[in-house]
Amino acid sequence: MTAAVLSFANVTYRYPDVERPALSGVSLEIEPGEFVLLAGLSGSGKSTLLRAACGLAPHFHGGRFAGRVELAGLDTREHGPARLGAFAGALFQDPETQLVTSSVRAELSLALESRGESAAAVARGVEEVALALGIDALLDRATPELSGGEKQRVALGAALAGRPQIVLLDEPTSQLDPVAGDELIGLLRRLNQEWETTVVLAEHRLERCLTGADRVIALEHGRLACDGDPAAFMQWASERAPALQTPGAKLFALCDLHPAPVGVKQARAALRSLALLPDQDGHERPRAAPAPVRRAARLKGARRARTPSALAMRGVWHELRDGPAILRGATLAVAPGESVALMGRNGAGKSTLLRHAAGLLEPTRGRIERSGRVALLLQNPGDYFIHERVDEELSGQALATAGLTAMAARHPRDLSGGERQRLALAIVTDLGDPAQGEKRHEPTRDDDLQAPPAVLALDEPTRGMDRQAKAELAAELRRRAEDGQAVIVATHDPEFAAACAERAVLLADGRVIADGPTRELLAGGWYFATETARILGGAGGALLPEEGAELLRRRVPLEVAL
Amino acid sequence: MVGTLLFYRRIASPLHATRASIGAAWALSLTAAELVLYHPLCLLALLVAVLGAGWGAGVGLRLTRSLRTAMIVALPIVLVNVLVTRQGLTVFARLGDLGPFGQGDLTVEAAAYGGVIALKVTLLILVTGLAGLAVDPDEMLRMFRRLSFRSALTATLATRMLPVLAADSQRLAEAQRTRPGGAPTGARGRVALLSAVVAGSLDRAMDVAATLEVRGFAAARGAARARRPVRRPLSRHDIAFAASAVAILALAIAGRATGVASFASYPRIELPTGAGTFALAAALIAATLLPFCDRRGIEP
Repeated sequence: MTAAVLSFANVTYRYPDVERPALSGVSLEIEPGEFVLLAGLSGSGKSTLLRAACGLAPHFHGGRFAGRVELAGLDTREHGPARLGAFAGALFQDPETQLVTSSVRAELSLALESRGESAAAVARGVEEVALALGIDALLDRATPELSGGEKQRVALGAALAGRPQIVLLDEPTSQLDPVAGDELIGLLRRLNQEWETTVVLAEHRLERCLTGADRVIALEHGRLACDGDPAAFMQWASERAPALQTPGAKLFALCDLHPAPVGVKQARAALRSLALLPDQDGHERPRAAPAPVRRAARLKGARRARTPSALAMRGVWHELRDGPAILRGATLAVAPGESVALMGRNGAGKSTLLRHAAGLLEPTRGRIERSGRVALLLQNPGDYFIHERVDEELSGQALATAGLTAMAARHPRDLSGGERQRLALAIVTDLGDPAQGEKRHEPTRDDDLQAPPAVLALDEPTRGMDRQAKAELAAELRRRAEDGQAVIVATHDPEFAAACAERAVLLADGRVIADGPTRELLAGGWYFATETARILGGAGGALLPEEGAELLRRRVPLEVAL
Repeated sequence: MVGTLLFYRRIASPLHATRASIGAAWALSLTAAELVLYHPLCLLALLVAVLGAGWGAGVGLRLTRSLRTAMIVALPIVLVNVLVTRQGLTVFARLGDLGPFGQGDLTVEAAAYGGVIALKVTLLILVTGLAGLAVDPDEMLRMFRRLSFRSALTATLATRMLPVLAADSQRLAEAQRTRPGGAPTGARGRVALLSAVVAGSLDRAMDVAATLEVRGFAAARGAARARRPVRRPLSRHDIAFAASAVAILALAIAGRATGVASFASYPRIELPTGAGTFALAAALIAATLLPFCDRRGIEP
């Protein structure tokens, strides 16, 4: 048997000044060349496990550590992260803090130079890793100029430059668009298959990487809850942790089909064997069957077409001085009560469009009309918190509406990811509280502030969120749309877009390139499509497992495009 | 947004094509020259030379922006010197008896001296800005790592934190603008905002430090010393900028020693205006800008 490249023996770890252990009695062994997926809800201990593996816990974070972690035969209590860095490459969530030098070449060289490699070895290592990751064209670029996706690739390159035995990745795709995210996962698979690099990857969107994984380790409250191959994990998740189920598995569970599929290919094969999908050959490419599930939404949309817009953007341009045009004549109208998902690759102009909608930016050309206030929730909820207590951030009424009264005395930064998002959302939509009016900051548009915002715009609100928190946020947005607010959400997550929006707008290069009902736009694509839609080939415009299940329950072979 | 910040980016210019040690030495020679010289004409010549060098290095626009920042610092220097200095014989305004501060006579000499100091401060800011934009900080840090590990670590963190924190504070300010009613006002609001920025910067510094740890920066202590520095042949630009640095220093010292660049402000302004002074000013401009004329082999 091969010696484990990473082993945990009864590891318990507490962060400083925290009562509850982040890891509790964890024991596991990872063999060389394995591709391991770490699953679990937010706060389950995935990040801590990765930080313990590379020695940051306890050497960097402090705290109380019990048990034993060995990486490449080195005990992490005796060897710090710098020494362990020769064997393990680590990549964390935020690409902004993953780059420590000013140029891409210097970034890729750092690990090799730190090891004292010769100049020739450094140069060769940099060239090789740049070619392997397809970032050779970026070598002489300044790191602050890179896009989020480019930064993440460069950070991965920096982690791999030293040819580590194992790479530890903490949600590396959370800030990437579906295309860039899939490219990164593909790259990891290639590294694993061609270089035999061991990969340990923590992810929330499991459907992206399950098919390439050899093994899935699930954590619950810092404890090992499941350790097995993807099929065993899917079985466990369907019985014990529905929040970790992939959309495909949920679709099968709702139809009482077993076993739960690991990926689209397996799901389609299973449906074909049950004659629920046509064979791959000899079929026509017919139109999708009409969707019974969303007829009401269609009628509602038709009615809205006749109502005045809550937000109307006509031919909006945003041209940078001495730089490119970020928006190129973008046109978008959103009716009251309508919910729109804004999708597109990193750098397509989604965030800029939302900033224009909220009046943070002035268009260089074009017109924007708003029927009332536009509340904008930016990407990082932490940017809204400037006080020491939750109740100092907003009025009592808003606090109660957001269901955060119980957390009034806590520091905003101590809240969980989902709670922080709820608090930030409550702050930007706060109407004030007559009893606490003195806390308000000199309103400038009094009339606007007395009424709920006409438009609620959210920029990538689900970054780093687990499925449960996403479902709660989607429900909240649907409720707001039903109350008459226009909702615009910029998101990379097709599942979330399908759950919260009835209309999808695809942006590319600053232009709206597609605009239509979500079930049409997200049903037929490769990247911008939900897993359910990919399994069912876009049949009936079903995007969510519940909608797909309704089609399958009718036990009628679906006429779909394969 | 980051485009407005002063950070290094490798572009096609003779100064960028020069090795960092020589580029830094060239910038230091300009700093030394402006510290040694007091003659306004020579300082103005240096100002023209530095701005010209900025355009030659392809960072003229960004350097001009830092000229605006320098003005914010320089103009109060002139004003304060005029108001507080009681030396000089040529009075251009009388403010009368200012009680414990004595007679409020404002003199041309005080204004001139303030102007010279302001010019020096402006030059210092511009030369620092030019070096920041055109001298590779990573190459400099590699050099320092061999000399002092801890200083290099601190400098690395600081270098990286600047653009990160600038982007963070822009984001935070933007988020506050989206609050209903806008960003907090009043002393309490501003203190809260400031403490949020500081708390965020500490978190960011921790994250960057953690990344440095896992990249093995701490292990570089021994490795960097053990590794022999790479011997690269001097490029034409290395030679040109090294020669330019020597020439600038020599001209500054010669100007000071021969008195052609002397300047006395009190009690009356005395400054030579002969051909030697003009020749020195022209030579300073030429010595600074000549290396930018050779544009062969400057592509990254």
